[in-house]
Amino acid sequence: MGGYGDVQLLRDDGLRLDGRKLDEMRPVSIEAGILPAADGSAMVTHGLNVAVAAVYGPMEAHPRKIQRQDRAVIDVRYNMAPFSTSDRIRPGFNRRSREISKVTAEALESVVLVERYPRSKIRVEIEILAAEAGTRCVGITAAAVALADAGIPMRDLIVGVASGKVEDTVVLDLDKAEDNYGQADLPVGILPNTGEIAFLQMDGDLSPEEFNLAMEYNFKAAAEIHEIMVDALKRRYEGGEN
Amino acid sequence: MGWRFAANGEKEMSNGQNGAELRLVTPGMAIGPSAGMRVGSGALAQNDTIIATRLGWVKELNNTVSVDPINSAYMPRSGDLIVATVAEVRNNLWFMNINGPFQGLLPMSLAPWKVEFGAARQHMGIGDVVLARVQEVDECHNVVLTMKGVGLRRLNQGSVHSVPINHIDRIRGEGNATLQRLREACDCRIIVGENGKVWVDGDAEGTAWARQAIQLIQESGHKNTFEAELTALEKNAPKKGDA
Repeated sequence: MGGYGDVQLLRDDGLRLDGRKLDEMRPVSIEAGILPAADGSAMVTHGLNVAVAAVYGPMEAHPRKIQRQDRAVIDVRYNMAPFSTSDRIRPGFNRRSREISKVTAEALESVVLVERYPRSKIRVEIEILAAEAGTRCVGITAAAVALADAGIPMRDLIVGVASGKVEDTVVLDLDKAEDNYGQADLPVGILPNTGEIAFLQMDGDLSPEEFNLAMEYNFKAAAEIHEIMVDALKRRYEGGEN
Repeated sequence: MGWRFAANGEKEMSNGQNGAELRLVTPGMAIGPSAGMRVGSGALAQNDTIIATRLGWVKELNNTVSVDPINSAYMPRSGDLIVATVAEVRNNLWFMNINGPFQGLLPMSLAPWKVEFGAARQHMGIGDVVLARVQEVDECHNVVLTMKGVGLRRLNQGSVHSVPINHIDRIRGEGNATLQRLREACDCRIIVGENGKVWVDGDAEGTAWARQAIQLIQESGHKNTFEAELTALEKNAPKKGDA
């Protein structure tokens, strides 16, 4: 049992509280190009999470001091809406959103061909409208679809997924209770075509075997989400070119 | 015979490159083996495979594989005719917003007027719209504009609209045929900048119709129903004789 001994997170029949199997993720749906004013945008619904990402640019980088002579900078702003959780979140930047913005920007920089646009800036805004657990992963997925929708050149898409440990059992895609009362959380950003990892964080402890199993779950989920991402991008232009 | 795609469920592509089988690819998706093929824009060779770097249609021409992006930012090239907006004014130059990743620089020596040092502001202020040409783009992506040339001027009237860069060819049509049709249909002066900005000048009715046409291009310029929709729109155009 975990640190909160009296919280039961697995049912007696081996399923999880919401009836999912250990390696089953919450339902995911993605829609690309939902914001007409943005150069690229996407909305990702992952379980009860709802994230909207908007991409603007590439544009002249201001203030000048953030410009890089040899590449573009990616300016990510991750924000949770005040109404996204049951406890109202104080609007504005906080320590957590600053950290997530930074790691998301670094993950996206590894796939975007930033050297194509020296001295410019690509602005990525991620707004979490509803949060259940794993919003940073949903945000990364949404940002990747929005970047592709904006026509920004990229090596690959990125899929954000998380696995974790509850009651000494590795499970895929933690929900709120599992995230709050579980023993570990392992969010990763996976490049679905190459299988590279662009981002990895770990909260809690996992043994090497548990880590490997969690990563196996993550890769499996990433492949599933990638298909949904590709489908969302293709659906937007299904009218076809003549 | 054909290429096998890496993504599951993709069908094989025939060797006939007549564009009959258009394939939509997303970034990172494998297009085919790189052996014997050259890599064009929007694609990248990675471990014997050509992958797409953009969302768009695969194009194969003269042994070169490229991806025609569905959406892209304007990349200035020298000689482009563009509709630019003044973003900043200095004593002897203007910085122009050219709707791209970089600002364009218009020095007073390339303005159509005789400008004294410090008097740049008297000729053009922030927000003024001009028709300019890209003089040069260097390897650091510094863009220099010029307003010396036939027809290049400050646009004092009319309105500016945006179209996606990849739809510019659609608004122009074969040999500017579509553009000419639009001009005649609404009796407006229309200039399409290479940077996705379209300047429209005419009476209120004509401008309103032109705006509808531009909106149609924005929304369904990439669809194969575009031509039919444009013809339908043309039926209620305020035709007023020759443009």
